[in-house]
Amino acid sequence: MPKCIMTADDSASVRQMIAFTLTEAGYDVVEACDGRDALSKIDSKKVDMLITDLNMPHLDGIGLIKEVRKKAQYKFIPIIMLTTESQQEKKLEGKSAGASGWIVKPFKPEQLISVIKKVLP
Amino acid sequence: MIDQHRIAFKEEASELLVELESSLLELEKFPDDKELIAKVFRALHTIKGSSGMFGYDDITMFTHDVESIFDFVRSGKYAVNKELIDITLRSLDYIKAMLEDDASKILSEMTEAKELIQAFRNIANSVKGTVQTPKGKTGVIPEVIESSNQSTYYIRFKPFEDIFMSGTNPVFLINELRGLGSAKIRANISSFPHYSDFNPEKSYTVWNIILSSSKSLDTIKDVFIFVEDDAELVVLKIDDKASPLDEVGEKLFFNEIDAATDYSEKNIKSIYSVFTLNQQINFAKTKDIERTDNTRTHQEVEAVSSLRVSADKVDHLVNLVGELVTLQAQLTSAANLSGIVNLMNISESVERITWDLRDSALNIRMLPIGTTFGKFNRLIRDLSRDLGKEVELIAEGAETELDKTVIEKISDPLIHLLRNSLDHGIESPEVRIAAGKNRVGKIKLKAFQSGGNVIIQITDDGAGVDKEAVRKKAIASGVLPPETELTESELFSLVFSAGFSTAAEITNVSGRGVGMDVVKRAIDGLRGSIEMKSVQGVGTTISLKIPLTLAIIDGLLIQVADEYFILALSSVEECIELTSKDTEASHGRNIVSVRGEIVPHIRLREFFQFPGEKPDIEQVVIVGINGNRIGFTVDSVVGQHQTVLKTLGALYRNIEGISGATILGDGRIALMLDVQKLSELEEKEEKTQVA
Repeated sequence: MPKCIMTADDSASVRQMIAFTLTEAGYDVVEACDGRDALSKIDSKKVDMLITDLNMPHLDGIGLIKEVRKKAQYKFIPIIMLTTESQQEKKLEGKSAGASGWIVKPFKPEQLISVIKKVLP
Repeated sequence: MIDQHRIAFKEEASELLVELESSLLELEKFPDDKELIAKVFRALHTIKGSSGMFGYDDITMFTHDVESIFDFVRSGKYAVNKELIDITLRSLDYIKAMLEDDASKILSEMTEAKELIQAFRNIANSVKGTVQTPKGKTGVIPEVIESSNQSTYYIRFKPFEDIFMSGTNPVFLINELRGLGSAKIRANISSFPHYSDFNPEKSYTVWNIILSSSKSLDTIKDVFIFVEDDAELVVLKIDDKASPLDEVGEKLFFNEIDAATDYSEKNIKSIYSVFTLNQQINFAKTKDIERTDNTRTHQEVEAVSSLRVSADKVDHLVNLVGELVTLQAQLTSAANLSGIVNLMNISESVERITWDLRDSALNIRMLPIGTTFGKFNRLIRDLSRDLGKEVELIAEGAETELDKTVIEKISDPLIHLLRNSLDHGIESPEVRIAAGKNRVGKIKLKAFQSGGNVIIQITDDGAGVDKEAVRKKAIASGVLPPETELTESELFSLVFSAGFSTAAEITNVSGRGVGMDVVKRAIDGLRGSIEMKSVQGVGTTISLKIPLTLAIIDGLLIQVADEYFILALSSVEECIELTSKDTEASHGRNIVSVRGEIVPHIRLREFFQFPGEKPDIEQVVIVGINGNRIGFTVDSVVGQHQTVLKTLGALYRNIEGISGATILGDGRIALMLDVQKLSELEEKEEKTQVA
């Protein structure tokens, strides 16, 4: 069974690009347009990994990561955050909220895949 | 395919631009609307972030400057103004042009773009030093030129126990290493706990790896980029060629590594060299590497030696410690009541640690007072020029540390005092020369620590204070009844009362008679005191005595009837007994003899009009105020108390003689006495009685 990856981003174009890349690579994809949307969808699916933007309306990425980590079934899934800020500060904040790693935007599809390979078997 | 995404992005960006425009216009009307600011920032951020992904690098670069300004706005460092809205709107037009790939339009507006970027950078520079340009675009795949020659690396990877909590599986990282070359891996599981204590959600393994690879050191380090902060990690290049170790050599090497505690490059290399067949070591090279290694550790040490933390966080910590101190007092009293020895022991240990914690927490907030001194130079320079005087400011003890909140509150009073010295104290150059003084006047600002207080002295070598003028002025303005005899310090303290000024004419610097009493009130607010000494013709010294910290102080807990009070321990000099015999001997006057010295005392029982009989043996707490000694008579002295000061509610804040309250171990409240105010009140009362 293919692994299922959820991607949360308020920018539809980025989301579509990620979804396209992941589908090409053989993953199932669930899309969410912000943190709140992601939370409402994550319980009904068996998600193996989460890729989330940090700056989103309603519930931002850090908040989403914290909420997801509270759920028993998602305590150990890999979570990758998308960030344009290469500042250590934001990464550390995300890490301490429970993120596994990060991708700095802009990125190329092959970079996305290589990061996923790093955290998802 | 990518074209399709570009179109999607273009649509989305156009929508965002429209939204941005209306938000900006809205923001022009409501420049303080946080929601709007956040909205604008988010939109800019999205445009910047996505544009690069679809090949619009020019938009990314351009938007970066705009975004950074709104980051300042968002964090309150820069306020929205018409100019900002203006250039941001113009920027939107430019972004639109770039989005349309309209070459002619972009070219025709090139100068406009440059202007805009310059305008944004000017703002950024005004907010902080330099503008950051986007960097570190790819944190994931560094473009490093790989050498075809193989090297040998040593890697020690010890994830912290809770690494699984971040969704990281260390095995994937080890497998990634395998993909980089030929890896020899040994997992050390010696720190596995007994199965009864084993927690499957924790990681206990340490991996030691020898990797022969053609990749660069940075590439190998990048495997661990996500876990740098979640693991003990050592990645070293230990040989310039592939590892020649055979199976036995490996085993011996790993055994040695397992026993080692020092993972420095030097030590690992020496272990490695023992087991490699070829031990030709290029000494010059090792030395070189050592040197770069030294500089690196040096930088690392510097990086951790200081840490920027927001003041809010520290304030929060101090508040929490305050609560902890209060709770700890409750714990101690509950433990002592329970009579359980174990509990008492624990509560004692907790007490010791709490006090250490309190000291360290308060210490974090300590800043050198020099930060305030620095800005006075400019003040003195400008002011002396305006007044046509020549003055030199000498600052001493700038390294003296004081609580941050105290430093903030003391800055304005100090400015007042310095202005006063300059205006009233220092004479004009002609007068100074005529008086045989140096043409250039001196104002000395000196800070030093004395017990639980910091003393700040402002000394000038000016004209000094004319005592007779002070006296006349005080009588004329009704502050002082005529024919009153005053000591020197009493006379000088009049200078700090409201509505008092001896300046013949009002200058814009001083003379309105507001300065000094404002100063006094500010210092009182800090539970400090102010004192003036002056010799006419020689100069004036004003000393401020400021407690080191405001939040938590050492207090002396006393009891009168059923009520508890706190006195600042730093001002208490001694406690003596007062028997009813002593009281009779003083013939109704409230004085005691302390080793031959007569000290007046205030009976708090009478002062606060508590009902009931006083005990046979009372206690007098002798307190030093402005060089005088005064006693406070209480029923009993309970002992030292870690006082976490709380301000009183709005209703009680202005009660004279009470400066705050604290919560005792048993949950009761004790009021903090303002000894200076109490003695003033008592004095006033006595005078009215005499009159």
